[in-house]
Amino acid sequence: MIKKRIIPCLDVKDGKVVKGINFVGLKEVGDPVELAKKYYEQKADELVFLDITATHEHRDTMVHIVEQVAENIFMPFTVGGGIRTVEDIRKILRAGADKVSLNSAAVKNPLLLQDGAKQFGDQCIVLAVDGRMREDGSGWNVVIHGGRIDTGKDAIEWIKEGVRLGAGEILLTSMDADGTKKGYDIPFLKAVREAVHVPVIASGGCGSLVHFAEVFEEDAADAALAASLFHYGELTVTEVKEYLDQKGIPVRL
Amino acid sequence: MIGIIDYGMGNLKSVENACKKLSIPCMISADPDALNQCEKLILPGVGAFGDCMANIREKGLYEKIIKMAKTKPLLGICLGMQMLFEESEEKGLTKGFGFLKGRIIKMETDLPVPEIGWNELEWNQATPLQKELSDHPHAYYVHSYYANAYENEDLIAYSMYGDIKVPGIVKHGHIMGCQFHPEKSADDGLRILQYFQEEV
Repeated sequence: MIKKRIIPCLDVKDGKVVKGINFVGLKEVGDPVELAKKYYEQKADELVFLDITATHEHRDTMVHIVEQVAENIFMPFTVGGGIRTVEDIRKILRAGADKVSLNSAAVKNPLLLQDGAKQFGDQCIVLAVDGRMREDGSGWNVVIHGGRIDTGKDAIEWIKEGVRLGAGEILLTSMDADGTKKGYDIPFLKAVREAVHVPVIASGGCGSLVHFAEVFEEDAADAALAASLFHYGELTVTEVKEYLDQKGIPVRL
Repeated sequence: MIGIIDYGMGNLKSVENACKKLSIPCMISADPDALNQCEKLILPGVGAFGDCMANIREKGLYEKIIKMAKTKPLLGICLGMQMLFEESEEKGLTKGFGFLKGRIIKMETDLPVPEIGWNELEWNQATPLQKELSDHPHAYYVHSYYANAYENEDLIAYSMYGDIKVPGIVKHGHIMGCQFHPEKSADDGLRILQYFQEEV
């Protein structure tokens, strides 16, 4: 039986893992390779590295980190942030990443999804979408740049188009839930699940063990992503999986 | 020495990293003469079946691989495993190597496709590999197609995806295939690579 996945997310800035809300007041929490090893030992199912380095000259730092991670851990991982061209995708995959996640670059140039999927396969193209509910509550819009810019695009329509173009998986972050620690955005996730047939990773809002159980019991996602919970040691991946196992949710122990 | 066949597709670096971790000497190469010097071969692969086969033919590797596989143990991984079979329905019928009987078909299920994630391996027959792995071995799968109409004696282990019995490990003589990624399947995955190195 396929298992539900628990995915720690590591925001990387200038070669260090950082954590902060909406990129303000970033705090360094550690070395990416060391943290990757720690989560590998805790039986994390995958890792996501998000490169939030602002400047171009530090991009090669990320490639170097990817190489080191791939030499040390034997589990799948995804890299996102700052990937704008097919050549960027190639560099990251060649360094040893399994998937790339494309967010605002795909909004600006949807053909990047198509070109990437055609060259490297659908399975390694993850469409990352940040969404926020519209003021009239009629649905969700795609937002970019950490939620600062509302694109006016309907999130569900965009996700359908993204899958049609070749995305093999969706990483959905609810900007309404993100940072609240009140749980994943179940209605938003369910709307995405009804719209597309590819796996969905839930992100944003997780604050406790029950939130992991809730998103899976509601069948709202195939995988659940969290960051600060794990980095600050509030929970280990092992604890989350043992809890889910007790709740009868299939996990790899 | 294991030769990792480079035909422009697949995450070769990860396979190489896993071999290094296990202290298995290996090299990545597209050169048939260099590959022919190796005792064993690994055929990786991601992307679409037709593209992979076309790349292999373009690089002049098709006949060479068939010839080498007569005597050398060969491990196909993911799409590399699918190519060991006779043909695939992916984007029109494409011929594979035909080392194993069977056809690659699309997964029809209510569950998400592609299957992405860790699935438990279940044994289809007694095998020395079983004692090498943990009691509930899991493997990391990423695929939208799977092997069908294979010979039951070639099936070593499988995983259930909804109602679909997905062949996970297949073996016919010294030809072996893994639908999942052993190089990304933590300790059990590494042990499968070790088994290929030591026992096949």
